[in-house]
Amino acid sequence: MTNTLLEVDELTATYGQIEVLHGIKFHVQPNEIVVILGANGAGKTTTLRAISGMVGTTGSIAFNGDSIIDLEPDYIVRKGIAHVPQGRGTFPELTVEENLRVGAFIRSDNEIKADLDSCYETYPVLYERRMQSAGSLSGGEQQMLAVSRALMSKPELLLLDEPSLGLAPQIVEGLFERFKKMNQELGTTMLIVEQNAQIALAMADRGYVLESGEIAVEGEANLLVNDDAIRKAYLGG
Amino acid sequence: MDLFLQRLFDALTNGSTYALIAVAMVLIFKATTLINFAQGEQAMLGAFIVLQLWKWGIPMWGAVVIGMIFSGILAACLERTFIRKFDPADHLPLVIITLGLFLVINAVAAIIWRFDPLSFPQLFPSGKAVTIGNARLSWYSIFAFGSCLLVLFILQTLLTKTKIGLAFRAVSSNLESSRLCGIKIGQTLQFGWALAAAAGTLGASIYAANPVLQIEPTIMLRALIFSITAAALGGLDSLWGALLGGLTIGFVQSVVVQYIPFIPNEMTLAAAVVVLLIVLTFRPSGFLGTKTVEMV
Repeated sequence: MTNTLLEVDELTATYGQIEVLHGIKFHVQPNEIVVILGANGAGKTTTLRAISGMVGTTGSIAFNGDSIIDLEPDYIVRKGIAHVPQGRGTFPELTVEENLRVGAFIRSDNEIKADLDSCYETYPVLYERRMQSAGSLSGGEQQMLAVSRALMSKPELLLLDEPSLGLAPQIVEGLFERFKKMNQELGTTMLIVEQNAQIALAMADRGYVLESGEIAVEGEANLLVNDDAIRKAYLGG
Repeated sequence: MDLFLQRLFDALTNGSTYALIAVAMVLIFKATTLINFAQGEQAMLGAFIVLQLWKWGIPMWGAVVIGMIFSGILAACLERTFIRKFDPADHLPLVIITLGLFLVINAVAAIIWRFDPLSFPQLFPSGKAVTIGNARLSWYSIFAFGSCLLVLFILQTLLTKTKIGLAFRAVSSNLESSRLCGIKIGQTLQFGWALAAAAGTLGASIYAANPVLQIEPTIMLRALIFSITAAALGGLDSLWGALLGGLTIGFVQSVVVQYIPFIPNEMTLAAAVVVLLIVLTFRPSGFLGTKTVEMV
């Protein structure tokens, strides 16, 4: 158990009076890509928001062995969890470069400039548009910016909330290839929430299926792809 | 012609001071989309503190700087005590709180300094700088306008070149993403409140230093209405819009009233609001404001 990066147990989350998660349990190992699948309203986004401290929760969430439940979001980021929210969550009025600098807000080391350059190396289009306002970028570019911004905080764990949402299929493919490469080259651990089960399972190590706020199925990604029930429900037969 | 020029000079004087209070309101609106109705009274209290320090023998500009710092700290405390515990998305309670602060600060100033007008020390050299025909531009007007430009440049630099400024603009742009990036929202807004109060105190001090005015607890009431109108004209979230709005209101106040005889002097306020109505009809986000696009 000592080498588990994220350990979630008996997690419930509530919006006002409504309980959205009913005691879920899952974990993420270092260097893993874990995907949480589920239909609209199953509680996928809420799961990530619970980890980031953005909703009221009970149960336990341990990160690197420390409990992070009930911490404020800004402490959780400082512990090493970066969250790319649904719909990208960029700062539309700020320039691309300012967006990336906000991503590095929690840091005070001398490497920020170097990391900025490596972001630009990965996505040259962001370099070209670094002085443009983020609001002027296309959906795909916004997603690149959102992921780069999250990486600027040097996270140990990257939470991605439906990165494929609203993007053209070929752009989604490029994006996920990038995630896989990032995982292999930099060892970035990722917890991804997706509705696009096919592409997510193709690159993930393990997966969980969330149904109405409870974990219905879990297993190795390559086994889930071949699971009949999952094929029917999420992979179109 | 001379008369017109004189009116323009007056517009510059009044416009600059409205702009300084408007800038303070814009700072808070940018971050929270909240109008702080107590802004004028906070500025008035700050100006009284400046006066008091000066009476105790502190040199004039030293008193202004200490007064600005003091009202900044006071505003930070007000934010922490009365504003932060409320949901920033629910405006009605917050507006009522700022109205409450308005009344309390006004009463406190009245208790301490009474309602008798007191003369405020000169901040700038007196006399005329430029005389064109019969129109006179005083040093006071030039310095008031210059201070306004200086404050805008300082704020602009602070917001674009420093880390806290970047955080402040991030919070104005997207509250939720700011939290996810590790920005402490409460502290950042507190910084905005302090900055706004300091700018407001400078504005009120300059306003009260106008040779034709004296300071009293109600001094900012009229100025507040003009300043809110100026801020709205400029676009509510634009610093330079506040200046443009302030000058426009100053212009309307002095020129329109001079040349349109059926508008009596008492109606200047209404004339300013009519201009606001006309501008907002054609440019709903003001001169320089960000256009809000809502996804549906």
